[in-house]
Amino acid sequence: MSLKTHIPVEKEYLVNNVLLNESADLPADVDKLLKLVCREKVKYPVIFIGTGSCGLISGAGETLFEINKYLSDRNLKADVVETGCAGYCSMEPVVGVQLPGKTRVSFKNITSEKLAFILDGMFNSIIPEEHVLGQYKSPSLELWKDVPIISELSFFSMQYRNLMKNWGRISPFSIEEYIATGGYRSYLKTISNYTHEEVCDIVEKSGLQGRGGGGFLTGKKWKVAHTVMADQRYLVCNADESDPGGFANRAMIESDPHRLLEGVIIAAYAIGTSKAYIYIRNDYRNAIERLEKAVDSARDYGLLGHDVYGSGFNIDVIIRKGPGAFVCGEETAMISSIEGKRGMPRPKPPYPAVSGLFGKPTVVNNVETLSNIPAIFENGPDWFMSLGNETSPGTKMLVLSGRLNNQGIIEVPLGTRVKDIIFGAGGGIPGKKRFRAVQVGGPSGGFLTGDNIDIPYDFDSLASEGVYMGSGGMVVLDQDCCIIDTVKYFMDFIQKESCGKCIPCREGTRRMLEVYENITKRPLDENGHTTLERFKGVMQLESLASVIKDTSLCGLGQKAPNSVISSLKYFRSEYEEHIFDRKCSAGVCKELRLFYIDVEKCTGCTACAPKCPESAIIGTKHHPFFIVEEKCTGCGICYDVCKFSAVLVK
Amino acid sequence: MDDQTSVILSRYPRGHRDCLIPILQDIQQEYGYLSESSVTEISRYLGLPSSKIFGLATFYNQFRFEPRGRFHIRICHGTSCHVSSASEIIKELGKKLRIAPGEISRDGMFSLELVACMGACHLAPLMQVNDNYHTKLDSGSINDIIDSYIEGED
Repeated sequence: MSLKTHIPVEKEYLVNNVLLNESADLPADVDKLLKLVCREKVKYPVIFIGTGSCGLISGAGETLFEINKYLSDRNLKADVVETGCAGYCSMEPVVGVQLPGKTRVSFKNITSEKLAFILDGMFNSIIPEEHVLGQYKSPSLELWKDVPIISELSFFSMQYRNLMKNWGRISPFSIEEYIATGGYRSYLKTISNYTHEEVCDIVEKSGLQGRGGGGFLTGKKWKVAHTVMADQRYLVCNADESDPGGFANRAMIESDPHRLLEGVIIAAYAIGTSKAYIYIRNDYRNAIERLEKAVDSARDYGLLGHDVYGSGFNIDVIIRKGPGAFVCGEETAMISSIEGKRGMPRPKPPYPAVSGLFGKPTVVNNVETLSNIPAIFENGPDWFMSLGNETSPGTKMLVLSGRLNNQGIIEVPLGTRVKDIIFGAGGGIPGKKRFRAVQVGGPSGGFLTGDNIDIPYDFDSLASEGVYMGSGGMVVLDQDCCIIDTVKYFMDFIQKESCGKCIPCREGTRRMLEVYENITKRPLDENGHTTLERFKGVMQLESLASVIKDTSLCGLGQKAPNSVISSLKYFRSEYEEHIFDRKCSAGVCKELRLFYIDVEKCTGCTACAPKCPESAIIGTKHHPFFIVEEKCTGCGICYDVCKFSAVLVK
Repeated sequence: MDDQTSVILSRYPRGHRDCLIPILQDIQQEYGYLSESSVTEISRYLGLPSSKIFGLATFYNQFRFEPRGRFHIRICHGTSCHVSSASEIIKELGKKLRIAPGEISRDGMFSLELVACMGACHLAPLMQVNDNYHTKLDSGSINDIIDSYIEGED
């Protein structure tokens, strides 16, 4: 039968022997017990299943149900552990099996029907090779023969996992497991050994920059808020990540919520506040549930609350659900939203660190920034400085998606070359297609092309190319993707999400979208008003972009034209092709497409003709068909239904 | 006054504007949407004009003023889904259901919502119907999926 996640340790034991033990090395017997808690050693077989959002959408819920059924049907004794995502989203659902004395083996894409086969094999010590992802190396455990080591796989080998250390390894529901991996010790050490100023100094010395994209020194920001005289201060953690193509923060909370919570508490101590808010997007149901559980168990362990372990430090963490507005990622807009107003930004100064939430000094930090804090106190600021490069210390989580073989979340030292990320961890582009561009940083980011993807990924290098780091999203585009269409998509997103306060952003982005709509539409004739509009619009695109950039109040507006500017810079020929030739070589801009049928390939199967909504395909059975160009609207249904690849784009 | 609304309101202090968003979220969680009467109740409780509450609620994507359909469809329109032609699928879906994003079909069966990113880019394009996920969609499969829901209901 399956065991409930079994923790062989009491709360009091952990508090007295681990949390309150200030020595660097724990006694051998305690250490041995902790190894059992975080399953470095196991007494029973353990089955791990990744149930982050990406796992659940891939079908991990059904697999988990099947695991429990398998165990109870066969009356087997095993421990089933739900972990977060291991970062390798395209391999989800990932199932791991650890037998006593042996290392843990992970299997990829284990949907419910494949499960019995995997477990049958593993319980008889036979590895079902075709489904293997790899094994986790551990010094005290015996390795399986002929099973690759996970850390040596191309997706993992270039990563440095500090923030993602526990991802996929421990249960996000268990505070005990987090404590067993060393968690919350730096927090208690910090509040009993350092003053508020010293904490700010250490973080400033580490060179940690805000990971929300701004890149401001975190320690400096804290210091400002701490030095302002006030009866109340606030810390706000920005977990309102809402970039399309960015979900690293959500995965952080789903996989290791206690790491974030510990960072939040240390930051609250540094600025001397007793109240911290975590503003998390309402859509993130799983993440909210796990975060709420984490806050409850931290409260139960006395890590939150009044006078924490006699230190005189009071702290309360409140979770606020963001009702969904992209602009709320901007700090002053987020503050308005917490106050119960429309999430609209306000002019700075005064900066929130001086006058923010309810008029009190407020520090707003991103999830990733705060998650870095515990390790800085565990290993020291010099260790953190040694990661990354001279200008940007530390690591960064990136979301790899789009046309890539390996998709998922990775963590690399800042300064890693973009090219190495895409073709190393990302595994290159599937189907021998040609790389066209990588879109970095979501709607406020920009494009890097074949010419400049050799640059290091850090704040300064990206900024010098006019690209903004944003949430760390990286969407790779290949020859089948249209740059113009992608920019149009971002403009559509931004004009919908603009809060409407500044006219250049509200109206300007809408005008830009119109320009893009005009150039991706097939003109009715070459003389009319639309043709004039099309040329005029494009000619003014650049100056409109600079006006929006200069005159908008917040980051959303200032960065809104980034994708336009960088696409104009690198993909001018593509614009010209759309405007002068009315052609989209990628075949994405539907209204510009024209199809024709290859007479050599067409077998006259009649699959396409009845499907054509315009009745533009004519011909007789068993003879090649033809498309009447005047009638064709370019919908592409014939292209999709043709089994012989006989329909081609002109 | 509705019992459930008053239970929700009693969890929050009177007259505190910063509780407005959590209250609206709880009400929507309970009823599936914000009705005019519940907004009036809230405005009385918090001492805020209901115009202000509507002003706030229309600003955010989460709040809706119509009930959800029996099948609520959330379709992802993130960057990765977009480059996998999600916009085609959204159009197709709109044609099939005869509703635009944010609307509910006349028989109350389907409602449609666009989501910025669901965080499963490797399965793009994808959508969620109530608690079920449908991934790697194309214009053909989308019709079959909707038909299967309609048949299931009959």
